[in-house]
Amino acid sequence: MAEPSRNPARAFEPWQDPNAEPFLRIEGVTKTFGKVYAVDDVSLDIYRGEFFSLLGGSGCGKSTLLRVVAGFEIPDKGRVIIDGVDVTRLPPYERPVNMMFQSYALFPHMTVEQNVAFGLHQEGMARSEVGDRVARMLELVQLGQLGRRKPDQLSGGQRQRVALARALAKQPKILLLDEPLGALDKRLRERTQFELVNIQERVGTTFIVVTHDQEEAMTMSSRIGVMEAGRIVQISTPSALYEYPATRFVAEFIGGVNMLTGTVMEQADDRLTVRCHELEADVVARHAQPIPLGTDVSLAIRPEKIDAVEVAPAADTDNVVSGQVVEIGYLGDVSIYHVKTDKGLVLRVQETHAVRTSDPHYDWGDRLYLVWKPADAIVLTG
Amino acid sequence: MSRPAPPSSNWTLLYQVFTDLYRYIGALGRELRSTRGRYLVILVPVLWLFLFFLVPFLIVLKISFAVSDPSVRPPYTALVAFGAQDTVNLTLSLRNYLMLLADPLYVGAYVRSMIFAGVSTAVALLVGYPIAYGIARARPFARLVLLTLVILPFWTSSLLRSYALIGILKTNGVLNQVLQGIGVIDAPLEILHTNLAVYIGIVYNYLPFMILPLTANLMKLDFTLLEAAADLGARPLSAFLRITLPLSLPGIIAGSLLVFIPALGEFVIPDLLGGPDALTIGRVIWTEFFNNRDWPLAAAVAVAMLALITIPMLVFEYVQNREAGAKR
Repeated sequence: MAEPSRNPARAFEPWQDPNAEPFLRIEGVTKTFGKVYAVDDVSLDIYRGEFFSLLGGSGCGKSTLLRVVAGFEIPDKGRVIIDGVDVTRLPPYERPVNMMFQSYALFPHMTVEQNVAFGLHQEGMARSEVGDRVARMLELVQLGQLGRRKPDQLSGGQRQRVALARALAKQPKILLLDEPLGALDKRLRERTQFELVNIQERVGTTFIVVTHDQEEAMTMSSRIGVMEAGRIVQISTPSALYEYPATRFVAEFIGGVNMLTGTVMEQADDRLTVRCHELEADVVARHAQPIPLGTDVSLAIRPEKIDAVEVAPAADTDNVVSGQVVEIGYLGDVSIYHVKTDKGLVLRVQETHAVRTSDPHYDWGDRLYLVWKPADAIVLTG
Repeated sequence: MSRPAPPSSNWTLLYQVFTDLYRYIGALGRELRSTRGRYLVILVPVLWLFLFFLVPFLIVLKISFAVSDPSVRPPYTALVAFGAQDTVNLTLSLRNYLMLLADPLYVGAYVRSMIFAGVSTAVALLVGYPIAYGIARARPFARLVLLTLVILPFWTSSLLRSYALIGILKTNGVLNQVLQGIGVIDAPLEILHTNLAVYIGIVYNYLPFMILPLTANLMKLDFTLLEAAADLGARPLSAFLRITLPLSLPGIIAGSLLVFIPALGEFVIPDLLGGPDALTIGRVIWTEFFNNRDWPLAAAVAVAMLALITIPMLVFEYVQNREAGAKR
């Protein structure tokens, strides 16, 4: 999908540039409801033109943080700075941001055109100009024909587009999207993900998306901020988040993972030997930062990084575990095997179906050797 | 779709009963033509309305075409009489209706009643809207308490409450004593037996009828819409005028009709609180019926008033239908 247009996006990494000025600065924002810390001392820099996702489970504070930026919540502590202007105490109607609501919040008594024009009339734009802008916005979201319809005469996907057009119409400095695809069915959601990215690239507006769907965040975002219990635990690009999670929570939240625990026995350069509790055996991981011997660590291994073979590998191979297939999940493109090791631990292994065949690679009860490279084990302290 | 479930309190139920009542009256003919299943369902209310609304109305309509005759009992002539040569004579007198137009007393009473009812409705709307908004926005428990407070006066007879208002408004009444006591005024205000007293009485008595349907309507309002309006640059007043107000229009119309229609025929309040010049339709009907014993004229006044009420009711019906059509 649109491979050429991805290349400039890949070069777009302003957070790597120490001289880049953040477009949105969130400084030490705390917001409590009663005794509950919804947002707990969050600091975050987002750059112009980014597609930034706030990812987390329900109640992690991601929506509250978005509402602080929109102006619906005044933080107890901290500041919100947009394009150099402190907006912390500005009411929503004076902020240069617009929001696309999870429920879309379309005005039911207005037509699609009137909905999109609402914000433009509020800023006193001339009538002829409003018409032009509304037409362009509806064109952008491919709703040109439906301008005279009322929201309840539209499908869910069409309503979502109206909400997007309405939020973009005022050309905000930042567009905030609260679960923008949450109300759509799976097929429509996948298609809309790419459309949203396309529209963002065309208008160039900075997008901040709140979502609980990690796949959605991975597909669309330039960077993702993972939130847990009111705090941001990691901010990374999608691939860095997946391959180099900072904590156990992130590793388990993003994608499938096998989690092992163990004690550090030896570290020679970047070769870390860990006595694994579950396997009652030594496993090897690559880890350059020094870790004191005897430290308890977690090892996260992605299911697709594990190789399953029927023939025993050479004796000096690192990280070999034998076990029996107990569960098979056939997903079409891949199969997930649950392999029970001799010590009773169940490991998830993913095999890609690169060749067309109706035979699964392995069957229930098959004895397999599981192998993974030391570099593929993610070492997590803490 | 994502609209919150309709709240099910006693008061919304009451509101439903009221609106349904109006709807049934207006839609009687249409309902009768609909499918058999619906016909069965509405049979009970239709029967009820037929017996207790339509039949009495037809009797009143009949009397309005008779001629007053105090010497017989009931005091009016029969419409149907057997004449000579085996004929049946149907005599419909238009005298009463012509009198309504000819005598400025009646036209004046209609106009006065319209003004009383119209102004009272407007005041009740201005007073009731903020109250209804506050109740709708309150937390569930507070909402229940506030609604109870609004409905509580209903437990006392309207007549009793009007007498109580006399005690408050009269020259040496509670209001004047308090105002004089704290030094706001030197001489007592003459409120009782003025039009102002009538307005106070009507607004006070009918305010719950305004507040209840408005509250039921405003409770359904999605607060996110106001956030969206603010987000798009609308200041609170602008958001109210362009979002809240248009969306609460059905509630405004329902409440206004529930106040306007009974206020139009109100007899007790203008009689007790108003001056002798506060001659409303209700008082005219009373005078014609009980003092002059002119039943046919009283009936004609009543029928003409019903016609006046039907017009706003049809407007209400039209708006409701249009809204129902838009939802489909």
